[in-house]
Amino acid sequence: MSQHVFLSHRDSQRLFDALDRAGYQAQAPQPKDGALVFSPIRQASDLPWGQHDTQRPGHYRLSQDDSPRAFAWANGPQALKPQLFAPSEPLWQVARDADGKLRFQACAPKPQKRALIGVRPCDLAALAIHDAHFLGGERDGHYAARREGLLLVAVNCSHPAQTCFCVSTGDGPAAKEDSGYDLLLDELDDGFVIRAGSGAGEQLLAGLALEAATPGQLASAKGQQHQATQGQLRHLPDNMASALPNQMTHPQWDKVAERCLACGNCTAVCPTCFCHSEREQPALDGASSEHLREWDSCFSSGHSYLHGHLVRESGAQRYRQWLMHKLAWWPEQFGRIGCVGCGRCISWCPVGIDISAEAHLLCQGGEA
Amino acid sequence: MKMKPTVAVHKFSSCDGCQLAFLNAGEALVTLAGLVDIVHFAEAGYLDEEAKVDIAFIEGSVSTPHELERIKTIRENSAMVITIGACATSGGLQALRNMHDKDQWVEGVYALPEYIELLEDSRPISEFVKVDLELWGCPINTRQVVAAVRALLFGVLPVDEHDKVCQECKRQQHVCVMVAKDEPCMGPVTRTGCGAICPSVGRDCYACYGPAELPNTGAMARRLEGLGLTSEAIAQRFLFINNHAEAFREEAIKWQEQGQ
Ligand code: SF4
Ligand code: SF4
Ligand code: SF4
Ligand code: SF4
Repeated sequence: MSQHVFLSHRDSQRLFDALDRAGYQAQAPQPKDGALVFSPIRQASDLPWGQHDTQRPGHYRLSQDDSPRAFAWANGPQALKPQLFAPSEPLWQVARDADGKLRFQACAPKPQKRALIGVRPCDLAALAIHDAHFLGGERDGHYAARREGLLLVAVNCSHPAQTCFCVSTGDGPAAKEDSGYDLLLDELDDGFVIRAGSGAGEQLLAGLALEAATPGQLASAKGQQHQATQGQLRHLPDNMASALPNQMTHPQWDKVAERCLACGNCTAVCPTCFCHSEREQPALDGASSEHLREWDSCFSSGHSYLHGHLVRESGAQRYRQWLMHKLAWWPEQFGRIGCVGCGRCISWCPVGIDISAEAHLLCQGGEA
Repeated sequence: MKMKPTVAVHKFSSCDGCQLAFLNAGEALVTLAGLVDIVHFAEAGYLDEEAKVDIAFIEGSVSTPHELERIKTIRENSAMVITIGACATSGGLQALRNMHDKDQWVEGVYALPEYIELLEDSRPISEFVKVDLELWGCPINTRQVVAAVRALLFGVLPVDEHDKVCQECKRQQHVCVMVAKDEPCMGPVTRTGCGAICPSVGRDCYACYGPAELPNTGAMARRLEGLGLTSEAIAQRFLFINNHAEAFREEAIKWQEQGQ
């Protein structure tokens, strides 16, 4: 059991220096184009001090005040997904050699030591799902290479957004003991209570030689975790596991389809969605080609196009695939639902469709 | 397709912008010239308008009686007709006149209107002759042309890129301008292909690539209304560039009628 130590805000650069010395390229969410987006960082002063997010269905705004905290916000549009499962990448290349023979070459990325700072408990839960998907069974070399060098500095949530419902999925607002972080932070007004969750984390902490956290600091951290839990407004229906699988013909699918743009923004921001398509990108001279893998979505037609037949033609069918895969069918695949309650699909849906509200409407009336 | 197909690039009523997808192709243009025989392309200096060709690229819409004659001849002379850009594919900007008093517009625009001979409407190519393939966009880009030519040289039809701009926007990890800034972005109903250029510079997509597959124009329009756009402004968002695309036109007409 790792000990809790305390790093004051004043000294927070020491953590960055330690990461730098250990050879990690650090990234943390920073304001960019109106949202918090993972970007390279070297200075603690570049953390998003005083930033706050306001999230509602179809709405995201940042604001800044003189709060002494760097993590007084919930999340940005990205989880860890784009860091590991690249939105678009070549899987292999093929070219003709001098004898006219085709030569194939894999394009796996090189492992890199990267430290991600400001990872949320829901992000860790989603990461565990992606690890199971990409590394359990058939191992995905591209994902594995990026995963290998990753150091995770997680921060428990003290300021959930109005769209968050991780309490209801059991994934937050505080990270579980074995959820895969290297370091876990609770931010107080004057600094961070820190504990290690891995050997790499222990080593970093040992190098910092910090004082143990005081009982008062530990109590404050616990207190704000409790508050963050109480503060959440949304939740999934209690009867979901039994009621939802029977709702394939519920009239609500047509109703939501009237509003749904079938744009796939929800699947793109969802940290657990993993669907992709593959396509060829030949050079104009026809002598070589790149085979690309790109994020796809069950809202696109290609997702259900089978041999001249489009299986899911309508918006209702596509929305149903998304919600049912996440909330009804995922347990069979991964032993849990495919939602970690991050609320991103609610905020980043251009028309503000709320998956938790839809789930309630679908489960009303119980087992149909 | 034979080893070195013959190609023509024809211009109708248009701004010449789509032909730049060829002319600005840089190295690809040199490669292309080695792969196909360009027999007619006025802007590049090749002139043989009446030549029989394997592939005819058509830029622009049919606006004049002369153009109507030309497109029929070109169709007869060409094994494959490919429209490039919004004008040829869905009417383009100049087709906006179809919804207004064209004579009044001509008088307002031209110093000597008596020299202007126009058809009643300006219409996309497919309303006059059979079109084999459409490349959407205003303007189209080199990547689309290269992909189309390469596919045809391989003997297959190019992949129809009809997903929504949002998909590409999100792959590039742009922050959504509609959600973060209340910009009236048309990405959720617009066909991909541009590379999500407008959101990449923090602007709203204005639908220059035309409707995507399964465009929920009704939901899009109601969202625009929620952002404060008037009925007329909503209609204009749909009519702007691709006003002859059915999905956009029908939605626009609903809002125009509501505005009256
Ligand atoms: S379904 Fe929505 S709330 Fe759940 S994990 Fe995905 S994006 Fe987050
Ligand atoms: S919800 Fe859709 S996009 Fe996401 S994993 Fe399931 S099928 Fe794929
Ligand atoms: S639910 Fe929202 S984000 Fe998802 S496809 Fe529909 S409109 Fe787009
Ligand atoms: S900025 Fe526009 S194109 Fe990009 S995700 Fe938002 S609505 Fe879609």
